[in-house]
Order: sequence, then structure tokens, then C-alpha cells
Amino acid sequence: MRKKKRAQKIVFKSEKDVPLMAMSTGTMLHNKTGAWRNIKPVIDLDNCIQCGICWKFCPDVCIFVEDELPVIDYDYCKGCGICAEECPTKCIAMVEEEK
Amino acid sequence: MKKEKKMAFSLPEEELMNSGHLACQGCGAALAMRYVLKALGQKVVLCIPACCWSIIDGQFPYSSLDVPIFHCAFETAAVSASGVKAGLEMVGDTETTVVAWAGDGGTFDIGLQALSAVAERNDNILYVCYDNEAYMNTGIQRSSATPYGAWTTTTPVKHFKERPKKDIDAIMAAHRIPYIATASIGYPEDLFRKAKKAKEIEGTRFLHIYAPCPTGWKSRPEDTIKLARMVVQNATFPIYEIEWGEKYTLNIKLKEKKSISDYLKIQGRFRHLTKKEIASMQEEVDRKWERLLSLVNSSREKDQIPS
Amino acid sequence: MKKVIMGNHALSYGAMLGRTQVIAAYPITPQTQVVELLSEMCADKTLDAKFIKVESEHSAMAACLGASLAGARTFTATSSQGLALMHELLHWASGGRMPVVMGNINRAMAPGWNIWADQNDSLSQRDTGWMQFYCSNNQEVLDTVIQAFKISEKLLIPSMVILDAFSLSHTYEIVDIPEQEKVDEYLPPFNPQLKITPDEPHAFGGLTGPEHYFELRYKLQKEMEKAPALIEETGKEYEKMFGRYLGLVDEYRCDDADIILITSGTVGSTARVAVEELRQEGIRVGNLRIKVFRPFPFEIVRNIVKGAEKIAVVDRNISYGHHGIFYEEVKSALYGHNNSVPIFGFIAGLGGRDITPSTFKEITNLALKKKRPEEEIIWIGVKR
Repeated sequence: MRKKKRAQKIVFKSEKDVPLMAMSTGTMLHNKTGAWRNIKPVIDLDNCIQCGICWKFCPDVCIFVEDELPVIDYDYCKGCGICAEECPTKCIAMVEEEK
Repeated sequence: MKKEKKMAFSLPEEELMNSGHLACQGCGAALAMRYVLKALGQKVVLCIPACCWSIIDGQFPYSSLDVPIFHCAFETAAVSASGVKAGLEMVGDTETTVVAWAGDGGTFDIGLQALSAVAERNDNILYVCYDNEAYMNTGIQRSSATPYGAWTTTTPVKHFKERPKKDIDAIMAAHRIPYIATASIGYPEDLFRKAKKAKEIEGTRFLHIYAPCPTGWKSRPEDTIKLARMVVQNATFPIYEIEWGEKYTLNIKLKEKKSISDYLKIQGRFRHLTKKEIASMQEEVDRKWERLLSLVNSSREKDQIPS
Repeated sequence: MKKVIMGNHALSYGAMLGRTQVIAAYPITPQTQVVELLSEMCADKTLDAKFIKVESEHSAMAACLGASLAGARTFTATSSQGLALMHELLHWASGGRMPVVMGNINRAMAPGWNIWADQNDSLSQRDTGWMQFYCSNNQEVLDTVIQAFKISEKLLIPSMVILDAFSLSHTYEIVDIPEQEKVDEYLPPFNPQLKITPDEPHAFGGLTGPEHYFELRYKLQKEMEKAPALIEETGKEYEKMFGRYLGLVDEYRCDDADIILITSGTVGSTARVAVEELRQEGIRVGNLRIKVFRPFPFEIVRNIVKGAEKIAVVDRNISYGHHGIFYEEVKSALYGHNNSVPIFGFIAGLGGRDITPSTFKEITNLALKKKRPEEEIIWIGVKR
């Protein structure tokens, strides 16, 4: 299972809340990069051979494994298409995003 | 739908890089970070100068990595890492791997002086250059890592780059540091092994990672991995290690060395090249490949090299 | 223990007694003896520190910043061109709140090559967010380094300890070198709030948009504003333990002075010789040496010059297209408080030309003769 991390927005009400220097205190997970996507990958799990290649090559760390199968986290998937391109059984299709 | 079989993982599952980062679609540099962190683990400090990764990581007060980062000045990646290493040791931390993580501009160009000095002193740091062959962060300007023939915004088609890519690995070899390796994000297991190996070595280690940039190369984002394999298979970016500046080992041998034309064809940055120009590029690749093979074949054994 | 040492070695002893943990430096005339002695101290373990022998001043500062962020006390020293090369990283140090302490030997900027005293190198770094301490003798150099660590680490703002080329850097004087135990008592180990460590992973100094950058700079200025009081407080504490007080300024016979000579650096002691001689001639003159240039000690300067009829500021520096830099600072300190006092701005001794007691006599006489200055810059000793 994917470890759920804190995805909070940080709000500084005044300068007193701001650290002394530009020091991070939260993760970029609040930034849902799925909004960048025009086309999205859809996995046909029947043909998935669990090779792990789509997981391995995802630059956005948004394919995770649940019950021994790959699952795409659409909150973050930018739709680059690497997973579909690299899938050896071609079981991932890039489909138009429905707006 | 649950399958009997287990999912195959060729790399550790643990991630030290999070989603939500600001890399472009199909970014090779993002994958380079993901793989290297898998190999190095959490006990790491990164020194990142101006480069794509100073943006990719995210905006204050956020970061997309679960390891600490010192965002340092453009030309100081290597020596910032030396400083952090010295500082950590003085406060009692001798374990942490301190990594300089820079792009090709920060390595081949503006950061070369500090890098050379760090290597000459053999400071105990790991230097990683993710090479996307131009200043991508500022909008695709040529660097000395840009290959012959490539279009960039400062080498327009009418006046494309006419000098070859600087041979940074030979420069680093001339410093006789304990470990130099080239790697490509198209071969993550090889990259992972090298980062792990580098972690265990003391002294200056230099890891040169080929990281395609769809935005700057005018390639399709889905072709990133394909390009990162092709460049190895056609010997434009051979995968090898150099120990103590003298022992060359070829890690990915080529059964059949491919021609560079298919590789050039899927990148818009090379679209303007004529057949003649491509032929001369091919000649250069062949010549460099032969030279590398002769270095590999004539290499001394490691125990014969004074360290 | 009293020792006869050069100004440069006073910096080294200060760094040693301050138990500097990481040193990174690059040689430049007239700074070299600072780092030579520190190298020896590191080699024979008088000082338990790592000395990174870098290839440039730019890298020297970069290494110090990395080490400082890791939680180590850091020191470097440079001069002139070297300081100019560091410029980018001086901003990095203050903006990153890394309390590096650096010795700078005031030397003229090229071209032409000139290795003699001139303040344009450090004053060109005025707006980088560093505290600047100008010293007038070797004892003060040593004492200032120790105090600078304390002040810098408290405020997380870096410090520059400044001394003139040759007239201090290479001049031997008797210096009382405090005992290590007492210095340890005065100066606790560096333990910063912000530290880079894998145990608590943060990204330092990343991309910062307009919505946050402004507040970060506001906070830096607010801390800088606390510095004058802190400098006085740490100075008194130091005086209690070591018998010497270093404050924001150093005044000499200003109480009843009609005319006050304002100086900085080594020429302060030269001015005092002139003050004595002029007083014997019946001229009531005093000397105010500004020790801390950043933060500028507005209030104390205003108080000291309150009773004077005339002020003469002597600058061994120039802001081209403007005036002498201390002259402008003093004027701005008095604006709205004491608008009527005439302030004469003298420029003297650029590029190491001698400033002697008779220079100060000339300056005093010139200021006495005129009611108000007739020109914004009064050049002393230019052949024209």
C-alpha cells in the first residue's frame, strides 16, 4: 500500500510564522499535478503481467502497487505516456481526458 | 481480479521522492533522482545548485524529497557538498552521504572549477550530474554538454552547435578520483547498482547520468526511456566505469551497434541536419567508441594502479 | 598571555580561541598569514578544525556556508578582489542566516594592482546583510573575532572583521591572548536552530515566490536592528571577563570638542595623535571612530556629535558619483536630528597613500577656516 503522507497546504498568517530562512516544512503532495494532463493512461489489468515496468519508469511516482497490481494515482499523473509506451504487453492505453 | 503472481520489482519499493513535483511531463531528471535516492537511502544530504531540480523540488515551504537539500549557488555544487561534509563530520555525523546534484550546465560549465578542485583534493562526496545537454531550466540554451548539431535557443538552426560535447568523464578521469561512472535512466538497474557502489566508496565519486528532456529536445514525453536506451545502443552515450582514472570497464556491451539516425529522427532538435552532417556525427560516434574500447582493453587492473 | 603578533595573526588567534570547526580559505595578499597560521594550528592540532584548501574565494565562502548549515562554526579570511569574488555568496550567507565570521583586510581594488589600504573592497559589500566591524589595533582584532562569533550566532547574521592592509595586517603589536578556558566560558559552542541533517529533512533556500520572499527579508532586517544593543551587551560581558570593552564606536575627547573628526579603521589612532597636538595649540578637537559600520550606530553617533560645532568625516573610500561613504552615512544619521551642524567630507589615503597626523591637522584647519563646506568632497593630497 502506498504510504499516505501529509499533503497539507501551509499558510503563514504573519511573518512570525515564516521560518528564518526559506526552509521547507511540508511536501509537494498538496500540488495535484493531475491537472496538467490532457490524456490519461488506463490499464487493462486482464493483460497485465505484473512486470513492474510501468511502476519503474514513472517520473511522477504515481503508479503504485495494490494487491500485486499497478494502480495509477490520477491526482498526480501528468499523462506523459511513458508507462503506455514501455508496457511490454501494451495493456496501457492513453485515452482522451474527459473534461 | 487479484492475481496469484507477485508483482516484479527490480528496484526497492521505498520512495524518497514524492509526487506533486514540478518536473515537465516525461522528465528524465526526475527519474534520475528517483533511482539514485532509492540506492542511497535516507542518510543523505543533497546540495543542488541552480538547475532544473532547483525548480522540480517545489516552492518554499514545500519540498518533494524526503531527504534534506541545500539549495546552493550555481557554481558551487561540489564545494558546497565538501563544506556540508566537513561540517557534518565536525558535529559528529560521519555516516551521511553528501551529494552534489547538478545539471550539465552546473557541471560542464559554471561549476567545473569548483568540481575540479574538489576532485583534486579527493573530498569525500558523491557528485551526480544529470545531463540533459543544455540549460533547460532557463529555456533551452546551449551548454558545453550540448552535442554537435543540436538546436537550442542560442544555437538556432541557421547556426547550430558546431563543436562536439565536452568529454567531462575524461576530464574527471584526469583527476584520478576513485570512481567515475556513466549511466542512463533507460537502464535503471545499472544506475541503481552504480549509485549503491558509489555510496560505499570513499573520496570523490562522479556519476554522470544521461537524462532526456522532452521539452528541450523536442521529443515526445513518452519517448524518454526509449531515447535513454537508444543513446546507449548506438554508442553515443556508452555506459562504463573508470576507477582511479585508469581502469575502464564497459558495463553495457553492444551486440550490434545501432546507427544514430533513428535516435536523431525522434528529436526535433536535430531535425534540420543534412545527411552529410549526420554522417559526420556518425563518424565522430564511431571514433569515440573505438577509443573507449581501446581504453577498456588496455586498462590496467585496479590493484596495479597506485591510489 | 601577552605576545607580540601581527594583525593577521590576531585574526588567526581569534579564530582558534573561538574554536572554529571548519575553515575554508584561499590566499591573497595581504591576508596570507591569517591562513598560514591557521593551517599550522590545524596541522599540529592546536585547533581541532577541518581546513578546506579551496581553489578560489568563491569556493571558500561556499564551503563555509555548507559547513555552517551543517551546524559547524566557520571562519575564513580574504581581501579586496577575493572579497569581490565572494560577493554572490555574501548574500547567500545572510539570506540563509549562516553566521560565518570572516576577516577582511582592507585593500584597494584593481586596476591597477594595488595591495595597500583602502576601504572600497568591504564598503562595496555594504548591502549584503553582513555586520561589519572596523578595527584599529591588533588587540581589537582578536577581541572582535571572539565577540563576532557570539553576536553572529545569536542573530544568525554573518560578520566581517576588518583591518587595514599593512598598517594593521603586517604590523606587530603587543596583544593579550586570553586563556582558552575563559573564552570557552564566554563563547558557548555553536548550536543553531536551523541545521541540515538527514534526521530532520528540510530543503533550505529553495524557490521562494513574491508571497514569502518579502517576509524573509523583513525578518533579516528586524534581527539586524537588534544588533546594536546586542553588540553593547556582549561587549560589556566581554569587558567583565577580559577587561576590554568594544562597543559600536570609540570616542576620544569628544565631550567638549568644537570639532569632531570622524574616522574608521587604523587611522583612528593617527587622528588621536593629531587631536593631542591640536589641543596643545588650543583647538578643541575630538575623534569619533566608527567601529561598527553595519548595522550603522545612528543613535550613538547622534549623541556623541550633539555638542560639536563642526564635523569632519575622513573617508579612505569613495562611492563614485556620490561621496565618501562614511560621510554620507553620518549625514543620513543626523538628518532630521541636527540639520544645522556643518559636515565636511574629506577623502584621503586612497590606495594606501599615507594618512599622517599632519593630514588630520590639515583637515582640522580646513574645517575651522570655513563656515560651511564649499564643496561636497574635499580631496586631501591629490596632486592637481
